[in-house]
Amino acid sequence: MSQGPTDASETAPLAMRGVALISGLMFGAGLLMSGMTRPEKVIGFLDVTGAWDPSLAFVMVGAIAVYSLAAMTARRQIRPCWADSFHWPSTLNVDARLVGGSALFGVGWGLAGYCPGPALVSIGAGSVDAAWFGGSMLLGMLVYRATGSTIDPPLTD
Amino acid sequence: MPMPQFTPIPSLLGGLLIGGAASLLLLGGGRIAGVSGVMGSTIDDPRSVDGGWRRTFLLGLVLSGLAGLAVSPEAVGDSHASTPLLVLSGLLVGFGTRLGDGCTSGHGVCGTARGSARSWLATCVFMLTGGLTVFAVRHVFGGLR
Repeated sequence: MSQGPTDASETAPLAMRGVALISGLMFGAGLLMSGMTRPEKVIGFLDVTGAWDPSLAFVMVGAIAVYSLAAMTARRQIRPCWADSFHWPSTLNVDARLVGGSALFGVGWGLAGYCPGPALVSIGAGSVDAAWFGGSMLLGMLVYRATGSTIDPPLTD
Repeated sequence: MPMPQFTPIPSLLGGLLIGGAASLLLLGGGRIAGVSGVMGSTIDDPRSVDGGWRRTFLLGLVLSGLAGLAVSPEAVGDSHASTPLLVLSGLLVGFGTRLGDGCTSGHGVCGTARGSARSWLATCVFMLTGGLTVFAVRHVFGGLR
């Protein structure tokens, strides 16, 4: 999937960094506004038999509504504005890795109310809880890096 | 413990912003705004030519939190979990999102919105195990911390 060096890609990285910075800032602002950087709201959504807080569903509906339009638009375009090509996820098969990994993620999510995005935003806001979570998340990813490819079936890409 | 407050309007507006941010990264840069994927790829392949934009995206997320402190400090809350539970939670989220190839952003928003069957299944699974975990913590163990 790698493109050879072209004249366009000489200037592309800077534009791509600008896009990434604005996207990251905007993504974080959305998480802050939506209440998703308050773990009790996430736990409140997952606590369907308790005092249920449906806010998270509104976050997802809003985000999915906008992004589905973007995805439709992207499919009709040859290339993105400031990069060479669209990088769509290439894995299509449903397997035990997908289900098992998502199941483990859900357990971790429910234990503390953090997922990766809100954790990074909260670290920026100086949350000690988020820092403990984020450091451990990094460690979990390193453990995956060291062991993940040995778990069957091996990741093909 | 205060009752969680239902916030439909800010949550919907925040969701629109999140969708807009992910749309910008897709239409502008051709990339999927999955936070665990971006972070994991940075760790797996730090010397990649994509390292630059990936680290910049993550930096943007962190900086938004810093900016949020100035605008609305109450927007960031603490978890009620103890430090050992935060560590366990982080390990599970870090390992699980890499094994399952995505989290709430990559699968839950970007994947579902483009109609990926994998992402719909992943989202159902993590919602289910997240819900069962909260049920166990709150209603079986009576508020485990």
